[in-house]
Amino acid sequence: MRVPLSWLREYVDLPADLSLDQLESALVHLGLSPEAIEDLSASVTGPLVVGEVRDIEELTGFKKPIRFCRVDVGQANGTGELQEIICGATNFGVGDKVVVVLPGGVLPGGFAISARKVYGRMSHGMICSERELGLSDEHGGILVLPPDVAAKPGDDARPVIGLNDVVLTLDITPDRGYLMSVRGIARELALAFGVPFRDPGAAPAPGATPTPAYPVEVRDPVGCDRFAARVVRGIDPAAPTPSWMVRRLAIAGIRSISLAVDITNYLMLELGQPMHAFDLNRLRGPLVVRRATPGEKLTTLDGVTRELDAEDMVICDDTGPISLAAVMGGETSEVIPGVTTDVLFEAAHWDPVMVSRTARRHRLFSEAAKRWERGVDPQLPLVALERAVALLTEYGGGKAGSEILDINHVRPLAAVQFDATVPAQRIGVPYSPDRVVDLIERIGCTVVREGDRLTVTPPSWRPDLTDPADFVEEVARLDGYDRVPSILPPAVPGRGLTEAQRRRRSVARALAENGFVEVLSYPFVSADFAEQLGLPADDPRRAAVRLANPLSDAEPLLRTTLLPPLLATLRRNIGRGQRDLAIYEVGLVFLARPEAGPPPAMGVADRPSDEEFAAANASLPHQPWHVAAALAGEVEPRGWWGPGRAASWADAIEAARIALDAAGIRGDRVTVRAAEQAPWHPGRCAAIVVDGRVVGHAGELHPAVITALELPRRTCAMEINLDALPPASLTSAPRISTFPPALIDVALVVDESVPAADVQRALVEGAGELLESIRLFDVYVSDQLGKGRKSLAFKLTFRASDRTLTVEEAVAARDAAVAVAAQRFGAVLRGA
Amino acid sequence: MTYRNDPYDPKQVALLDQAALDEAVAAAKEAFANAADLDALLSVRHLHLGDRAPVSRARREIGALPPAARADAGRRVNEARRAIEEAFSQRRAQLEKEQAERVLAEERVDVTLPWDRRPRGARHPLSLLMERITDFFVAMGYEVAEGPEVELEWANFDALNIAPDHPARGLMDTFYLDKPGLVLRTHTSPVQARVMMTRKPPIYVICPGRVFRTDELDATHSPVFHQVEGLVVDKGITMAHLRGTLDHFARAMFGPEAKTRWRPHYFPFTEPSAEFDVWFPAHRDGPRWVEWGGCGMVNPRVLRACGVDPDVYTGFAFGMGIERTLMVRHGVSDMRDMVEGDVRFPQAFGVEL
Repeated sequence: MRVPLSWLREYVDLPADLSLDQLESALVHLGLSPEAIEDLSASVTGPLVVGEVRDIEELTGFKKPIRFCRVDVGQANGTGELQEIICGATNFGVGDKVVVVLPGGVLPGGFAISARKVYGRMSHGMICSERELGLSDEHGGILVLPPDVAAKPGDDARPVIGLNDVVLTLDITPDRGYLMSVRGIARELALAFGVPFRDPGAAPAPGATPTPAYPVEVRDPVGCDRFAARVVRGIDPAAPTPSWMVRRLAIAGIRSISLAVDITNYLMLELGQPMHAFDLNRLRGPLVVRRATPGEKLTTLDGVTRELDAEDMVICDDTGPISLAAVMGGETSEVIPGVTTDVLFEAAHWDPVMVSRTARRHRLFSEAAKRWERGVDPQLPLVALERAVALLTEYGGGKAGSEILDINHVRPLAAVQFDATVPAQRIGVPYSPDRVVDLIERIGCTVVREGDRLTVTPPSWRPDLTDPADFVEEVARLDGYDRVPSILPPAVPGRGLTEAQRRRRSVARALAENGFVEVLSYPFVSADFAEQLGLPADDPRRAAVRLANPLSDAEPLLRTTLLPPLLATLRRNIGRGQRDLAIYEVGLVFLARPEAGPPPAMGVADRPSDEEFAAANASLPHQPWHVAAALAGEVEPRGWWGPGRAASWADAIEAARIALDAAGIRGDRVTVRAAEQAPWHPGRCAAIVVDGRVVGHAGELHPAVITALELPRRTCAMEINLDALPPASLTSAPRISTFPPALIDVALVVDESVPAADVQRALVEGAGELLESIRLFDVYVSDQLGKGRKSLAFKLTFRASDRTLTVEEAVAARDAAVAVAAQRFGAVLRGA
Repeated sequence: MTYRNDPYDPKQVALLDQAALDEAVAAAKEAFANAADLDALLSVRHLHLGDRAPVSRARREIGALPPAARADAGRRVNEARRAIEEAFSQRRAQLEKEQAERVLAEERVDVTLPWDRRPRGARHPLSLLMERITDFFVAMGYEVAEGPEVELEWANFDALNIAPDHPARGLMDTFYLDKPGLVLRTHTSPVQARVMMTRKPPIYVICPGRVFRTDELDATHSPVFHQVEGLVVDKGITMAHLRGTLDHFARAMFGPEAKTRWRPHYFPFTEPSAEFDVWFPAHRDGPRWVEWGGCGMVNPRVLRACGVDPDVYTGFAFGMGIERTLMVRHGVSDMRDMVEGDVRFPQAFGVEL
């Protein structure tokens, strides 16, 4: 809502010396978020004066008409002589009064004016258009002042064109429809400054006459609980809108159309009552107000032909719908500037829910619709009509019809009962009951008090006041939020983070401390992500959830795996010049439950039952937490120490192990085994298994995926479903032996196809309790070993808890270990 | 005992002469001093302390002295030997010290060489900030509540007193799913509804999380962003408790001079409602009020819809944008830096905020 202060001052006696800071502070404390407070007098500096054109010389020889004008600017130029100014506009004549900025002046945007030579002549200043003055976007010609303007040449032009005003831009919250008007804002400012308020909505207006202004039938009094109308006949169809009205409309962002239409818009801004002006002579037969029939069509004033819904309300005449009620009028009955002589003004009251749905359905968020859905005072129609008729006859001539139509089904707002002590209990400020009653009465409520029991009837413009809490807010707001004290509630016995929350943090931290950088990707993925990843037809990750209104049609699905957005982030970083990358993300993935239907309808009057709530939750997609990492380039850079090391499948698997370890899953519960899983390379993919259950995969990506996603060669990745991890086990503490260890290396030759992890497990099982640790330290392949054979070298550390091992004991344990490997895999002790 | 048997031989005992002993000591000292290193020192040791060294031979001649002279001679020989041994060990200590110093000098390296062999990782600062905020409230006994990102419309709107035709639904720019009744949550507030549905008061929870609105990405908007929301439902909770909590929180996040200012506002799920600003003394453009979040007393309608008796319990709720908080606190000027996944942004923060 954009409104000039001068308009507000017509209804509220604000202090004459009100500073902008005081004004802003008052608006903030009232909750009328001021987005901007502009002092227009500061927008043009230097001499800006009224001028009268005395002489025009048309210059020729230029691409467009150019005028050399001599303008009377009184004594403003210091000499009293005519000011010589070049002008490119032609919409004025000798004798017209115009606005002149003299050399030394600065127009909005820092445009400094000086005497300079243009089109071969010296120009001493500029004749301004509205756009140049920042008044509007009008730039079809210069601003010609009305002939009746009181100012004389040389006078300061600012007051004449409204540049002495202050314009407020306010962000009105959706609950306070009454603030979408000069009337409402002035009322609030009167409260803030404790000054008198004259309510333009309370002006006297005559009531309905036995004969209606026009035959109207309202068939749906729920959708339209009030419909009032009056007629003015015989206006001058060419009568211009007064410039002050045009200016106020322009400030609110509304274009001037015709006098009758401008009056309806002006009164909407002033009172908050949206209205409509029909050309009386274009109506055919009586008006009917009803719901639309599905499929009915109407061409609205914006030129769009709309197919109507059964919930929409329409105003019809014999030809069918002529207006989409409350939202926008139709073309066939609109007032035509220069033609219309007889006008029917309509001021009605519509159901906010109906208007809200209609506006959304047709994407027509007109100024009227914005007010209706926030709530309009139903007691305004007759006042608005009286004002409209008076304004139209004053500026357009014609004669007001004496008949007044008013079909009124408005029901009074319900009274609310509450205890006067409630505000103090809720807010923590000791408001006395007297203070509570006083504040509530000031906003226009009627209060009946029996002891501390209050029965409060809200004023007609406050349909938002329905609950005791609404009055609590009004009391706190008007008394001042600044008066609420600051008291910290005592600490409560909380249980800290849950295991799952601790685990996610721990995993994220561990990966960061191992060289990975956390990124947060958007979860949106393309419709063909599954093809890009090469997922088989039955892959559960194909069950993606689809958005009805994605930001981009290219990405309508939500991720079922963290990889597509993570790999896109990897690619973006590479596009920005990074080469070596290790990134990770912890986030939700979304797996559709196609078999589950939509959630059941649940009310809000009472808590839904546990069964209803469970059924509703079962309709949600499954949303587990995942962690994923991706690597490209070198994981260790080349440096003065020597060559670098490229990231490999092994780094991805190690990232998975790091994550599991941080999640409290000890290494003895983790198995890594070869797997074939898209989008990984079938020969370089590991399944990560915890307690026998696959929880994720890691390795190098499939070359085809790397090509499809335009990733660097050998890009590696891992992904783990954190919600699939079993609980962390309570680790039993080891006994720390202080006896010396016996170290023995063994090299075993096995078939190349035998997994090293299996050989190691065999050694561990065979070695028995004396084995403290085992580590594979070399893998060796050579023809001497035989074709298809490899040598695995392990370092075994034996130690007893109660004695120093003898060499014989250690060798016996080693032999037992090797024996199991030999028996299970045909392993041969190398060199034996 | 006869004269002839007397082994005394004045010539032989010349080595016990004091002058000879002094000379032996002086010669030893000189030889040790001349030894340039430990090897040289050890190679001359036997000449002055070995079996055939003058002091050793002198000792053997003591027996040739008359008994009355032996004690004196023995004392003098011992003194001389001790002097030589001391000279030796002094010289050896000196040479060992010199050698150790030489080794240390030779082993000197350029400690300014970089060792960025294992590149460092980083947490995303938005995650760090959420954890920091979470920790602050957990320390006051709050618990962390979470909810799904694809959410029931009922929890995201209806339960929060945002009826299907409420203008606020239009303001939220909601992502809808193709299955009716489901949305991407537009705020973390549905977690409030879930908490009240599943727990009995007293409730003290903090809800960090990711939320979604259909805004195109630009310098100040992102379709995906983060909020953190607090909810308290207990007996006797007032708006003064809300202010106390927010003031305490503001000081933790923005320094001991920070404070909050409330502006009346409208949220369907709180009544009274306020937007709040925080006074941030260390703002990079100078001390100032900055918009921070929204708050209010939980609307009794919300309590009722979630099964909490509004005649027994009252509550407050507050929430703020994590991106906004990070922008203000750390001087981030463009939303895109935070959300595009450029690794340089987290790397600037490391693993602690």
